[in-house]
Amino acid sequence: MRIGTLKTSYAADEALFDTPVQRVLLVLLALCAIAFPFVASPYWLFLACLCAINVASATGLNLLTGYTGLVSLGQAAFMSVGAYAVAVLEIRLGTPFALNLLIGAGLAAAIGILVGIPSLKVKGLYLAIATIAASVILHFLFAHWSLTGESRGLSMPPARLFGLTLDQPFSLYWLIMPVTCLMVLGAANLLRTRIGRALIAIRDRDISAEVLGIPLLRYKLTSFAISSFYAGLAGGLWAYFFRVVTPESFPLVNSIFYLAAIIVGGMGTILGGILGAVFMTLVPELLKFVANWATPIYPDALAALAPVRTIVFGGLIVGFLVFEPRGLAEIWRRLRRFFHLWPFRT
Amino acid sequence: MDTLFLAEVTLAGLGAGALYALTGVAFVLIYKATRVVNLAIGEILMLGGYAFLGFAAGLGLSPWLALPLAIAAGGAFGWLVERALIRPMLGESPISVFMVTIGLGSILAGVVQLCWGADPLRLPEFMPSTPVFIGEAYLAPKVAIGFVAAAVVIGLFLALFRFSRGGVALKATAADQGAAYSVGIDVPRVFSVAWILACATAAGAGVLIGAIGGISPTMGVFGLSVLVVVIIGGLDSIAGALVGGLLIGLVEALAGAFLGGEFKLVVTFALLLVLLMVCPYGLFGTHEIERL
Repeated sequence: MRIGTLKTSYAADEALFDTPVQRVLLVLLALCAIAFPFVASPYWLFLACLCAINVASATGLNLLTGYTGLVSLGQAAFMSVGAYAVAVLEIRLGTPFALNLLIGAGLAAAIGILVGIPSLKVKGLYLAIATIAASVILHFLFAHWSLTGESRGLSMPPARLFGLTLDQPFSLYWLIMPVTCLMVLGAANLLRTRIGRALIAIRDRDISAEVLGIPLLRYKLTSFAISSFYAGLAGGLWAYFFRVVTPESFPLVNSIFYLAAIIVGGMGTILGGILGAVFMTLVPELLKFVANWATPIYPDALAALAPVRTIVFGGLIVGFLVFEPRGLAEIWRRLRRFFHLWPFRT
Repeated sequence: MDTLFLAEVTLAGLGAGALYALTGVAFVLIYKATRVVNLAIGEILMLGGYAFLGFAAGLGLSPWLALPLAIAAGGAFGWLVERALIRPMLGESPISVFMVTIGLGSILAGVVQLCWGADPLRLPEFMPSTPVFIGEAYLAPKVAIGFVAAAVVIGLFLALFRFSRGGVALKATAADQGAAYSVGIDVPRVFSVAWILACATAAGAGVLIGAIGGISPTMGVFGLSVLVVVIIGGLDSIAGALVGGLLIGLVEALAGAFLGGEFKLVVTFALLLVLLMVCPYGLFGTHEIERL
């Protein structure tokens, strides 16, 4: 039983993983992640990769919206920048995939900074609309530029590593999962630095932050850059995963999806970004199972799947905001507390 | 360039712009009274169109009975949403509240698709179809009727705010909630009334738009243009919604005619970005002064 905190140094207070139990559990989780591809079917590997990509992007958006308080509805558009950059580099130049990913992410970050420039003057909805505007313009650009294959889009060869071709979920898992883990760890660590603290200060009250001597524009743009870097990287992974990039691959709904993911997971917690993205990715699959199961009883179940998905998507957003505004991460915290304090009531 | 063609495009643009303005007014009404950014406005509009279809074609009522019923359905829906979703969210961050409306929009789109299917539908004809000529320029009769209806409703709203007790109460609530409470204005009721009026207006606009272009579950995209309209005009200004609506309608029509249909959205959003850089609170919006 463990009650309260008993920390005797700042280092212990700042530690990423604070208890020995937690460390052991994380090692176990890592071992499971390594063993997973050897036992899972391709379908589950596919889902795992998809979850990992969404976790990466949602974590980036969480840094921007959850930690800096800047609402963005352009995350999917930044992902498309990364995806297109990777596809074009792979097709035209055939450069190694690690370089492609970094260039794609860097390009997305540059565009993110550009989009973030209005953030000093406008906030809240005005900023959200500015990011929608950016994504409309990017979509238009990709749909009409010969380099990006206009409305047909691009299909690209698979990633190659030391002569191995990464074209199955099994092999792609080893590319996507480590990158995502690194990105999440990077985000968690970023928040322990002065940059992370500055971002949180800006979220809590930007004028106070400015009075404290935090240069607002620089940090807001940094936040935009990091968030779109994450999106670009996730988009690049997405491109290698699906190997077809079209203008319709990243619609506005996807941007809403990522915002919904961090709301459902819990804004402003790293764990929230992970839980939310995984949850929101798996719910449609669950619905598919339910529809398959219900088909003998109700023959139109599969046809009704698409609208039901839309309804559940909206219902999750509304339900979490009204009843559990701090998201799955809060549920997780309560659960942990329960076991820590057991047999006493929380 | 052909002047007649230009005149016709301009007229059509202004006609579409009036509907933008009408929906924009519905948006501003909610924002002004409750500080809620209602991103579901496009879906509420769609709901109005489908309600009209349900009453007119489904139940076989006369269109002239179905129209007020559809508007009333929109109003009832607004009341329900305000009571069930928005009021519990009072005091939460604006981001949370506007995400609730996004979720609501998604639910509405799904429900409509579940009930009526994903294909676009046509509303029963109920408007006269004699062509309208202004000078020599041809104007589609439905567009002309839409323009007139929008103008009448907006004029009515303006008069209401200026002269009626309710309008004054609404303005007082918008200016300072605490002060409005202390002089005996029933603020929660003002909230309800604003939502009812706005959603009823949006439903009416949905019937007009549906009559011109048909209705489909993806009609909510219209809400995106309306957002541009209200941002350009200023979130809390009815006059701004009017000017912004006409401006965006005109710009879209001109871009559609001279550059091609796919340019419509991108031109309006580019215009929006430029404008946001110059005046961040829109043309007529209130500048917020922040203090510690």
